[in-house]
Amino acid sequence: MTIDKTALRHLAGLLEQRTGQQIGPNRLWRVETVLKSLMRERGIANLDALVAAIGAAHDMTLATDVVEALLNNETFFFRDAQAFELVRNGALEALRQARASSRRISIWCAGCSTGQEAYSLAMIFADARAKWDGWSIDITATDVSEAAIAKARGGYYSQFEIQRGLPVSSMLKWFDQVGHDWRVKRDLARYLRFRRHNVLMAQTGSFDLILCRNVLLYFSPERRREAFDRLAASLAPDGYLMLGAGETVIGQTEAFASSPELRGLYRKTAALRVKAA
Amino acid sequence: MKTCLVVDDSKVIRKVARHILETLDFEVAEAGDGRDALTHCEATPPDVVLLDWNMPVMSGMEFLKALSATDLPKRPKVVFCTTENGIGHIKAAIEAGADEYVMKPFDRDTIASKLQIVGLA
Ligand SMILES: [Mg+2]
Repeated sequence: MTIDKTALRHLAGLLEQRTGQQIGPNRLWRVETVLKSLMRERGIANLDALVAAIGAAHDMTLATDVVEALLNNETFFFRDAQAFELVRNGALEALRQARASSRRISIWCAGCSTGQEAYSLAMIFADARAKWDGWSIDITATDVSEAAIAKARGGYYSQFEIQRGLPVSSMLKWFDQVGHDWRVKRDLARYLRFRRHNVLMAQTGSFDLILCRNVLLYFSPERRREAFDRLAASLAPDGYLMLGAGETVIGQTEAFASSPELRGLYRKTAALRVKAA
Repeated sequence: MKTCLVVDDSKVIRKVARHILETLDFEVAEAGDGRDALTHCEATPPDVVLLDWNMPVMSGMEFLKALSATDLPKRPKVVFCTTENGIGHIKAAIEAGADEYVMKPFDRDTIASKLQIVGLA
């Protein structure tokens, strides 16, 4: 396959300019594939012609659609089961003690894609309703993709999407079948608020737990550092950060360090220093 | 090595499932209908059965009922794999003793996640 490097560079530049995300060398070859249906719909023959069309367009619609298509929305329910165990038995148990008087926990799911991770998180609380009775639980879930957020908010999943990672018992418990698809029940959706947001932008509010999984790997080292600073600014002094399975803060930022008590979670460096002093 | 019995009357589906399961480090056996599957389970019970619904000789549901009636010391986990996703079908499968439910065509991530859910990953 011949890849037009100039067009690819241009499209990669457009994505980074709009979202901060880079296209890794291992995903460059997929660009043409993910843009195929968009190009077919508009009668655009190849990547060169697409770049020319973006340049000639009078509005940003085409550029926005291209950016949306280039974003990787791959996700599934309870992706990485160990991570969810660490949230359930580690972070939330610690926060349950730390917030015993306010009985209020707020969580930010940064880069929630089409919502599966955020709904999985909500199920941790909804499945243990008696335990969390009297607590105020808020999950803010954000993503840079408008289309992903719209889908997450709608809460509709096809059978193929829902069966990736979700136990059938949870599917029957928290979703209603609508035609061949499944729609999230109000009792689960009420924990969540979905909003479009780029993790490089300022976030309002202070969170006790932030999940930012498989998001920062798409950023350049400088942008990643900026994102870590943003996350630190949004995290409570005694809060926890969780990254994706293959991600770390080591060598990436000084704002976070590994939690000494809960392996796999990160704490704000400033808070750990105070504690050690 | 964990073992899986793939039960489906379609040779193509068995081949696809075998390939996925082998990449997940399972030792795979195949059966073309429920009767074959039952014989296999009684002789060498696998850790898990991927079970088709519609098959000649003995259907998936009949197999599931027969399996529950056997006195195997450790009943294999059962993941139903069908082309139907009506809620009636799903509930019937669970009530008959299936541990998980997958609609075909399935992919590696789906099978891997279901095996993990039934405690085999
Ligand atoms: Mg069949």
